[in-house]
Amino acid sequence: MSTENASPGFGAEAGARGRRFLSSLMSTGTIFVLLLILWVWITILNPTFAEPGPFLAYLKRSAPLVILAAGAYFVLISGNFDLSVGALVTAMVVIAARLIDGDPSNTWPVIVLMLVVGLAVGFVNGFISTILRVPSFITTLGMLLILNGAVFLWSGGSPKGALADNFRAIGRQGIDGIPWINQLPWSVILLVIIGTACVLLMRADFGRQLIATGDNERAARLSGVRVNRVRILAFVLSGASAAVAGILLAGFGGVSAQAGLGMEFDAITACVLGGVVLGGGRGSVVAAMAGALTLEALFTWLNLQGISGALQDTIQGVIIIAAVAFASYRLRGAR
Amino acid sequence: MTVVDPPEQSSGTAAVQGPSRFAAWRVGILASPAAPVYGALIGIFVIAWIVVTIKGGTFLTVPNIVNMLQRSVALGIVSAGQTMVILLGSLDLSVAWLISLASLVTATTMDGQESNVLPAILLVLALGVGFGLVNGLIITKLRVNAFIATLGTALIIQGIIQYQWNGPAGNVPTSFSQDLGYTRFGVIPMSFFLLVAVVVVIFFLLRSTRFGYRIYAVGGSEDVSKLSGLRTHRTIIGAHIVCSLTAVITGIFLAARLKAGTPTVGPDGGYDLESIAAVVLGGTALMGGRGGVVGTVGGVAILAVLDNAFNQLEFNAFLKDVVRGIIIIAAVAVYARRQEKQA
Amino acid sequence: MQGIRKSFVGVEVLHGVDLDLRTGEVHAIVGENGAGKSTLMKILAGVYSPDEGAIRIEGEEVSFTHPAQAQQVGVGIVYQEFNLLPDRNVAENVFVGREPLKRGLVDRRKMERETAALLEEVGESSFGPRTPVRWLSVAQQQVVEIIKARSLNARILVLDEPTAALAEHEVELLFTLVRRLQELGVGILYISHRLREVFQLSSRITVIKDGGVVKTLDTVDCDQRTLVNLMVGRELDGYFPPRGVAEDLGEVRLAAKGISTSLLRDVSLHVRAGEIVGLAGLQGSGRTELARAVFGADPVDSGTIEVEGKAVRFRTPRQAVRAGLGFITEDRKAEGLALGQSIADNMMLAVRTIIPAHKRRSMPGLMTVKELAEVTELRAQGPDQEVRFLSGGNQQKVVLAKWLETQPRILIFDEPTRGIDVGAKAGIHDLIRKLAKDGVAVLMISSELPELIGMSDRILVMHEGRLAGELPAGASEPEIMELATGSQEVAA
Repeated sequence: MSTENASPGFGAEAGARGRRFLSSLMSTGTIFVLLLILWVWITILNPTFAEPGPFLAYLKRSAPLVILAAGAYFVLISGNFDLSVGALVTAMVVIAARLIDGDPSNTWPVIVLMLVVGLAVGFVNGFISTILRVPSFITTLGMLLILNGAVFLWSGGSPKGALADNFRAIGRQGIDGIPWINQLPWSVILLVIIGTACVLLMRADFGRQLIATGDNERAARLSGVRVNRVRILAFVLSGASAAVAGILLAGFGGVSAQAGLGMEFDAITACVLGGVVLGGGRGSVVAAMAGALTLEALFTWLNLQGISGALQDTIQGVIIIAAVAFASYRLRGAR
Repeated sequence: MTVVDPPEQSSGTAAVQGPSRFAAWRVGILASPAAPVYGALIGIFVIAWIVVTIKGGTFLTVPNIVNMLQRSVALGIVSAGQTMVILLGSLDLSVAWLISLASLVTATTMDGQESNVLPAILLVLALGVGFGLVNGLIITKLRVNAFIATLGTALIIQGIIQYQWNGPAGNVPTSFSQDLGYTRFGVIPMSFFLLVAVVVVIFFLLRSTRFGYRIYAVGGSEDVSKLSGLRTHRTIIGAHIVCSLTAVITGIFLAARLKAGTPTVGPDGGYDLESIAAVVLGGTALMGGRGGVVGTVGGVAILAVLDNAFNQLEFNAFLKDVVRGIIIIAAVAVYARRQEKQA
Repeated sequence: MQGIRKSFVGVEVLHGVDLDLRTGEVHAIVGENGAGKSTLMKILAGVYSPDEGAIRIEGEEVSFTHPAQAQQVGVGIVYQEFNLLPDRNVAENVFVGREPLKRGLVDRRKMERETAALLEEVGESSFGPRTPVRWLSVAQQQVVEIIKARSLNARILVLDEPTAALAEHEVELLFTLVRRLQELGVGILYISHRLREVFQLSSRITVIKDGGVVKTLDTVDCDQRTLVNLMVGRELDGYFPPRGVAEDLGEVRLAAKGISTSLLRDVSLHVRAGEIVGLAGLQGSGRTELARAVFGADPVDSGTIEVEGKAVRFRTPRQAVRAGLGFITEDRKAEGLALGQSIADNMMLAVRTIIPAHKRRSMPGLMTVKELAEVTELRAQGPDQEVRFLSGGNQQKVVLAKWLETQPRILIFDEPTRGIDVGAKAGIHDLIRKLAKDGVAVLMISSELPELIGMSDRILVMHEGRLAGELPAGASEPEIMELATGSQEVAA
């Protein structure tokens, strides 16, 4: 469309980076605006929210979902679905309780095992969805059934065992004695590290290839992208994120057979709120994580509004539809 | 217009008439996506029969067949509706909670009075139309992805149900409950005719009406359909209305079975994801445009046979889920392979 | 159409276009890509509504808000990209959305009967109404598109680049079809980049540039050169860059020996460094299949491929890319670009797959996105612009840049200038020649014979999956067509 010459548009590299950030913020900006509005609103309702302690508590509470959303982002951006993460989180919690069985010395081996299981489940999902060409919606739906069945078969219907204190500490404790903020929770530290890693990963060759694969698989393949491999890796990352989320959630919320129930939908919802397009190729990981923070802020807001537990679902449904409708309205307007 | 060939000859030129007629037949039956489904169904049925018999169970007996048919009804009806929206390239995750809502509304409106039966049914059907309309409007006019839209509306009814009802509510008159839920004609339960009726209507819609043709067209490509002058929004909304209608019919049926409305009857049955699994197991492409309700019936039957065999073998309930998950994945992997060979 | 104006997001792309079409006339529309032809046609078809201006059909003012309304008043359009449903059969595609009814139900028989009649009318007998569209070739699909428009009793038929995807003999069939429709009183708007066709078919020509009409001419009153000048607004000195000289030729870079696949029979060829080898043939003769087999995109049954004298066996395109091959595919949008991604990401896509980032930092010869844009003379807003917003020619330049960045030694071009306007075409031709001069071995597939003849140092012709023969530079069109249609074989 543009008739200007090559050079002005491809001007100084220095300005380009800032502009790129700005333009990406503009295109996915809705979610940040929404998040800010919610934060401000919550602060008005409950001024302590803006204080470091409660705010960190909010971040700590949000950490599992934010991490899951980041994992789901990789799968969604490559054009697939992962419906098995909720069941995987549950499996993690049940495994942790059963195998640690209250003994602190078991904690680290079990954590390693959990990560391995997460990676392995992700790999199987990826392998079946790519090499065997089963639509990922079905693969991960089947995996959901399998995991749910297997976990309960193994635990006999209700989770057994107990977590050790040092395991719980990851989800509950933090570095104490820091001035002003008092305690910096481990989960927030983990959240920042994982978030940064995801952003770097998406900027790196892997991320660019992944998003190109989601956008146009054939073009990516013909350009030399190992399409199956990057997609499998996306599933593996999703599995790993479910393992981490399971560790945090078990520590934070305790052992329950319902621990991960519905989290796959929450994670996908968070991504979509953040502007990730189902089908692949569009959206940023930061926005996806912001989507998860927004979802958690929404829950906090609903609580503060005194809306009963049951109606929360209704409000959540309305707001999700409204937010996505608004985002797609904006996208159309931009064209 | 020039002189016109009879339809049989039109599928090819005169020179290659013989083979092309054969080819047309092949396209019609063997290459139909439903063919491997029934192959698999027969295979699974035979295996289940043999295994169950060896283990000392009874498979081909009247009560057992009644049981299988009975179990297929609820999932079958809602899957038939799900087929419509999946063919369209959409999907509906709200059916499970809608089933619960329909069962509650049915039971509370009937309130044990036989005179209330008809008004209650009409009310619930209207609810289905209205709800499908809302789903369709959100997807088309607000341009919200169907996955998110129906997930959102599912959350909305979930909240309403949990706010309004704490447990089973209402009362379905015994006569209605008996008629729809338990009456049998020989081997065949009354409710099975309900399933057949729904499937026949949907088969007919897809096969012989413009609406059905448009569903395939929109599912094949929404852009192409639009450029060809189709009002795609109307088609999408229409299909969602049909899908919601099947969900509320399932709700009415389940209310009749249980004699009351139950808040969790839909999600406990897993009708949202199970119906999608049945449709895909039936050979319908998740991306839309290819497949049909005949395959879906096969998919539902496969799930019912498996379920029954597991029960007979006294499988652990959780192991059942595991095996079912594996079979769904394996079946779709086989279809994917077949599709590749054809291409 | 009078005074049509249309703007998108505040940018006016059409400013007051006037156009008229007479009954039974072929009126050609020419202009560079991005000139506004497609937008104009989509307004006529009811896809977009004009911001200003009016459309009159037989004196009656009409306004469309949906393609269905345009169809009702008899406007049919065959788009550049095919618009058929692959999983439906021919009859279902022809009557999509307006299936004939009998007692409220779809009358399948009538639908198939009428489709058969329409097929007969245009003399198409290679397939029938029940054939799934998936099984049809591009040319056959186009016939389906045209009879679809015909079945609407279209009084006005818009053909958007109808020959872009066709081989020469299929073009002739299309022309016959167009003339037949003309006799039936259909007014035809014919959009094409191929000026030769425009002269053959049309009675009047309208040149569009930058969203406005430059001039409407009677075809008899103008020649090709004036037309080109009107389109690009400058004198083009010759269509093609000078051919290479023998001294440029180096060692054999790519050699294929006895390649057989399900569609190819024992094909052998070689390309030297610095050489442009043209690959001619009709649609379906196996040209693209050969390119894909060499590139590892499709499996090879037998035969060997040698790159720089070493036998290789590519099972995936990735291995080919690593070995120094590049493949500019025929279908940019489906196989060349990730349309939702930025120019920079698309340009870097291929090099990212073969050279890790840490090595790239210290590699000599790698260009920045800015340099690539300069080399290819890309016109765009900046490296972050999404490629879907670029015109066809500029998109092709992004694809080229993607491969340039990998510093390829062998490049395969499949229809490098399909759907690209005259100005950008020359730029791409220059670039291909320059690459060859720099020592790249080029294999170029094209359906446009002038391009093939003008560019190639040697021309190979394929026919029904075999190599039918080889011709030296400067071979004539009849010589190529003789081999491509297999008429020589029959004679011998």
